[in-house]
Order: sequence, then C-alpha cells, then structure tokens
Amino acid sequence: MIELPALGWQSIVIFVVFALSLLIATYCTYAERVIAAFLQDRVGPDRAGPYGLLQPLADAVKMFTKEEFFPGGANKVLFVVGPCLAMITALMSSAVIPFGNTMSFGNNAFFLQGIEVNIGMLWIFGVVSLGVYGVMIGGWASNNKFSLLGAVRAASQNISYELAMGMSLIAVLMISGTLSLREITLQQSVAGEWQMWNIVKQPIGFLIFLVCAFAETNRTPFDLPECETELVGGYHTEYSSMKLGLYLFSEYVNIFVVSAVMSVLYFGGFNFPFQYELRDWFVNSQGWELNSAQNLITLLGTVGIFLKIFAFIFFFMWVRWTLPRFRYDQLMRLGWTILIPLAVFNIVLTGALILFGVI
Amino acid sequence: MHPLFLFLSFVALLSALGVVFAKNPVHSVLFLILTFFSLSGHYLLLNAQFLAAVNIIVYAGAIMVLFLFVIMFLNLNVDTEPHKPALARIAAAVAGGSLLLILVAALKDIVPTGVATGTPFNSQIGMVDQLGLKLYTDFLLPFELASVLFLIAMVGAVMLGKRETGERNF
Amino acid sequence: MQLTNRAKVLEKKPMTLAERAYLPAIFQGLSITMRHFFMKKATVRYPEEVRPFSGFFRGLHVLKRDELGRERCTACGLCAVSCPAEAITMVAGERKKGEEGLYREEKYAISYEINMLRCIFCGLCEEACPKAAIYLQPDKMAPPRYERDEFVYGKDRLVEPVSPDERSVKGIQLTPEQADKLRARIV
Ligand code: SF4
Ligand code: SF4
Repeated sequence: MIELPALGWQSIVIFVVFALSLLIATYCTYAERVIAAFLQDRVGPDRAGPYGLLQPLADAVKMFTKEEFFPGGANKVLFVVGPCLAMITALMSSAVIPFGNTMSFGNNAFFLQGIEVNIGMLWIFGVVSLGVYGVMIGGWASNNKFSLLGAVRAASQNISYELAMGMSLIAVLMISGTLSLREITLQQSVAGEWQMWNIVKQPIGFLIFLVCAFAETNRTPFDLPECETELVGGYHTEYSSMKLGLYLFSEYVNIFVVSAVMSVLYFGGFNFPFQYELRDWFVNSQGWELNSAQNLITLLGTVGIFLKIFAFIFFFMWVRWTLPRFRYDQLMRLGWTILIPLAVFNIVLTGALILFGVI
Repeated sequence: MHPLFLFLSFVALLSALGVVFAKNPVHSVLFLILTFFSLSGHYLLLNAQFLAAVNIIVYAGAIMVLFLFVIMFLNLNVDTEPHKPALARIAAAVAGGSLLLILVAALKDIVPTGVATGTPFNSQIGMVDQLGLKLYTDFLLPFELASVLFLIAMVGAVMLGKRETGERNF
Repeated sequence: MQLTNRAKVLEKKPMTLAERAYLPAIFQGLSITMRHFFMKKATVRYPEEVRPFSGFFRGLHVLKRDELGRERCTACGLCAVSCPAEAITMVAGERKKGEEGLYREEKYAISYEINMLRCIFCGLCEEACPKAAIYLQPDKMAPPRYERDEFVYGKDRLVEPVSPDERSVKGIQLTPEQADKLRARIV
C-alpha cells in the first residue's frame, strides 16, 4: 500500500506551493512585459497600480470578460479539455520540487516540499512529457489547419528534445545515484566537506538541459508551435477568453517549474555557500538552539532557491527578447544531430570521470 | 478490496473499451492514454513507483504522442474508413480470441505473491534500486542487448538527420 | 554584362567553428540587450509628462488683439492668398459706428475660418499678415475630434480671449507649470 504523505503540515505546504506557483506565474506575465520593455528602451506597463503592479489583475479581468468562442466544427469537449490539460500538467510538476530543507518545531519536522517521492526526477520528466497533450488536443480540436500544424510542431519538437533532455538528466543521475530531488539537493552541499554544485561537474549537461528547457516550454527561440509569422497564432489560433489565458498562463508555470528544476539539479537547490558555518556560528557564538538555527538556515535557503529561480526566469525572458526564432529544420537539426550526440558524449565523459574518481 | 483499486480498474476497463468502440481514432488514442494512466495508478498501488513513472513517460509521454501525431495527420474519420470485407473481420476475431485464450491459459494458475503462499510480500520490490539490481544481475545480457539496440536506433536517427553533401543549405 | 565598376564580388565563406557553434553570437546578442536594459528609457509617460515643444513649434493659430483689446485683423486676405493648403476663408465687413473698441481697422473679418484638416502648419499666414494679427502658437495643438466640421475653427475659437490670462478651454492646453517651463526654455 502506498503511504500517503502525512496530512496537516504537509498539506499546508502543498497548498502554499500551489498558490506560489500560480502567483509567480502571474507576475511572470508582468515581468515579461517589463523586461521586454526595458531591453527595448521602453518602460513597459505602468498604469495599473504603482509601477503597474496590478497589471496581471487587469489582464485577468480582460481575459475573463472576453467572448467565449467556439469555432464551427470544433470538437467541443476536447476544445475545452486542451487548455485545462495544459494548465494541470504545468501545475503538477511543482509538487515534488524541494523548496527548502526541514523545518522542525518541537517534535514535528516537515519538509518545505509538496510531496517527497523517491522518483522525483522521473515525476518531473513524466509530467513535462505530458505537457504536450494540452497543446496537441487543443490544436486538433480547433478544426483549423494552422492550429493543427502548430500542434504537430509542438509534438515533434517535444519528442525530439525530450530525448536529449533525458540523457542530460541521466548524467546527473550517474553522479548522484538517486532520483529523489531532495537527495540530489542535499548531496550538493555536505557539512564539513568541500562540495560543489552540480553545474561544476556537469557544464555540458547543463547546457543541453537549458536548451531543451527552452524547447520544452515552447519559448523563443524555439516557440515554433505558436509562430505567428507562419501559423497565425499556432495552436491557440482559435482560442479566446480565459481558455487562451490558460494556455498563455501554463507557459509561465512551465517556465517557473523548469527554472526550479534547473536550480535544484545544477545550482544546489536550497543550498547556499557557508550555510553550515552560519548555522554553527548562530549556535556557538549566539547561543541559539540548534533547531531554531536550522530553521533560520532553511528559510534563508528557501529565499535562496527562489532567487535562483527568479534569475532563471529572467534569463528565459532575456533570451526571448534577444534571439530571433529558429527555422523548423534548424530546430530539428539542432535537436537530433547536435544535442543528442553531445548528450551521449556527456554520458560517456561522466562515466569516465566517475570511473577515474575525478568526480 | 481497496476502493482506489476498484475505481482504477473501473476506469481502466471503461477506457479500454472506449479505445475499441470509439468512432473517432483520435478519441481512441485519448482513451488509450487514459488506460495507461489507470495502469500507472495500479503500479502505484503496488508500490512500484518507478514502473508507474516509466510507464507514463514512455507510453503516454512519447509513444502515444507519436500515435496522436500520425493520426492527426491522416485525418481519419468514419467516411474515409474503407469497408472491410467479412473475411478480415473473421480473421481479426480469431486472432484476438486466440490472444485472449493464451492470456487466460497463462494467467489462470498464477498465485499472487503474499496472498496464499508463504512468501512474504516485499514492499520494496518495485523500488528503483531493487529493480536496478535485478536488471543488472539476473537480466544483464538482455538488458544490455536492448540498450545497444536503442543506441543503434539513435545513431541511425542522427545519421538520417545529417545533412548530405550537396543538399541545399537554405 | 558589366554596367559599373562598383560591383563587388562577395565571397560566401564557410562558417568558422565559432560561428557554427551559435553560442558566441548568442552571448554577444545577450550582452547587447543587457546593455540596453540599463540604458535611459525613451518613453515619455504622456499625460503626466509631455514632450517639450521645440521653441519655434507652429501649433494652433490665434487671432491677436492689440493693446486696447481690439481685433487686429483687417480681412485683407493676404493670409488666405499665401496659404498653400487653402485652409483659410473669410468674409470681410465694414466697421459700424460705435464698434471702434472692437476692431482696430475700418474693415474687419465678420467670419474667419481655418480648416485644421487642410492646414499644414507651415506658418506662411503668419509671415504674410501685414497687421501682425495671426500667429501660430508654440504651445497648443489642434486636438483630435470625432467630427470633420469640428476641425473648422471659426472666430469663436481663433480670436484671443479679451483677458490675456484667460486661456481657451479648447485645444490641448499646457498646465501653468508646464507653460512656465516652456517659457523658461524658450527665453
Ligand atoms: S499655417 Fe500654412 S497651411 Fe496653415 S493656415 Fe497658415 S498658411 Fe495655411
Ligand atoms: S489675419 Fe492678417 S493677413 Fe489674414 S486677413 Fe487678417 S490681417 Fe490679413
């Protein structure tokens, strides 16, 4: 029988993680516009609220009050299921990401993580690979050739880049020897040892993962499924109102999740340099209890992982407003003839380095 | 029986029937995906998390996407479906029936572990490390052969994707 | 066939490794955009902040009064003649007894209309006027409107108000502070 996670504290954490991913995704829409504006010497939205901070709210109101439109000949059920699926799969993956170490109050200890499963990495990978269904189903159900082409592009792009992504993950697995994201994080910083983040051991793997992350989240330069110069609006050509909103929104949730995964796998997750020294300093020189010092470190670590996530989100947007879109054959060629051989090479290299005890 | 088990079995059977009876091939594929999900749920109930995840990744995440991909392109529907001769129908029924027969014959004598026999149920059996140990000790040769096969397939894909000399480079 | 000697033969060189690897070019692009991230922004937040007009900006016309508050225009029609866009029409009339306080000359414009849709704000009317009656203001523009006939400005909207401090409610209007700033800049 599967052990369900202890309710209580943990359910609060799950709820907070859920709300947080939504909140962050909401403000990603704002950040995207402001960053785009700044990179283009503009100031971006600044009318709704101070510094335009209520802009997401205004957008939501706009989305909700738009006309619900069903194209003729569309498959009604699947047309609605598409955006829902996109959103659900996007949100599901944030459940297993460790946002912090253990918090302990008296005898109660709980993880700052939705669910701790020992196959966290596979979970993420599985859910990400399901993400394309939302796009495919929506694109097909619209009964529009542009939507269909967008959906087909999304499918082939996702499948192609999933391979390279999976293989770059395998190299991380070879170092860490575990699938649990929490374990992987903890391994990247051990008390009293000089442990480095995985990025140092896996620079090629990280590069591959980064490129694949762009492709899997359909972000520029790989946003061909919604390439408006060729496909009108791509898979969401026929969508309007909040159904379109869900599609656009799920993209930001995906970016958030992928950024979180990259911080966990390659940038030490909730670890930050000298955390153990800091804790010991609190305990020894300030006379704190070990528990409260640990809790403080945990909270700081949570702040740290969010900073890392925000940095990645910023990077995603920075790239989006810098690079032009790839052509589709270039995209495929990059995926199949460059990234996959590179990922295989990376696995072999990692294996050799482990064999000779370098890492 | 666990209510979750009943529910999952119900969904699995219903969607499996849906695969066969759905008029629209895209619906069939979607039902099949649903079936895979309920199977993964069963794996989870058996504490085989690894299998559950891999089932989703490989079948639902990759293979079915390809299926859907192809079917979307073919644009099959009821009108374009060719009329199958009676002989083909009979042949299909015979083939399916014999598969069923074989399955029933193979499974009828199975005694589930931990139910009637004395073997205790090992709750860790489905975990990654257990599975890995098994694969790399008892089944090393087939496992390695399969991986070499995949490697060859991958190299083949890369070779197909390579630009040939003289091909136009836009 | 060679037409000129300026033709240059372009050689298409194969890409170098660095070019084929994309990454250097990508980083170059990223650094360029990052530079722009910190640059001064070009945006003018309009209602709060207005683009300063240039000192010799030619905006909405005004028909001036003299120091006694009389209309200067004598309906000579020179402005209409000089107007390249033929935007000005007027009807001249004779000043009656007792109207000396209203009109400076014996002949005055009963009606005077400028079609702001035709006008190209060249300022030739201002140049042509012998009576220094018409000017293009440096701080006002003809605002957008919904109807065409609203762009035909009659005397009611062109003649300067009697009190110099009273400002027209029509037309785009600077706030007193903005006007002061502008004046300071011009002077
Ligand atoms: S500004 Fe030029 S176009 Fe406009 S009314 Fe005067 S002369 Fe005519
Ligand atoms: S504005 Fe000047 S030029 Fe035009 S009619 Fe009057 S006096 Fe003559």
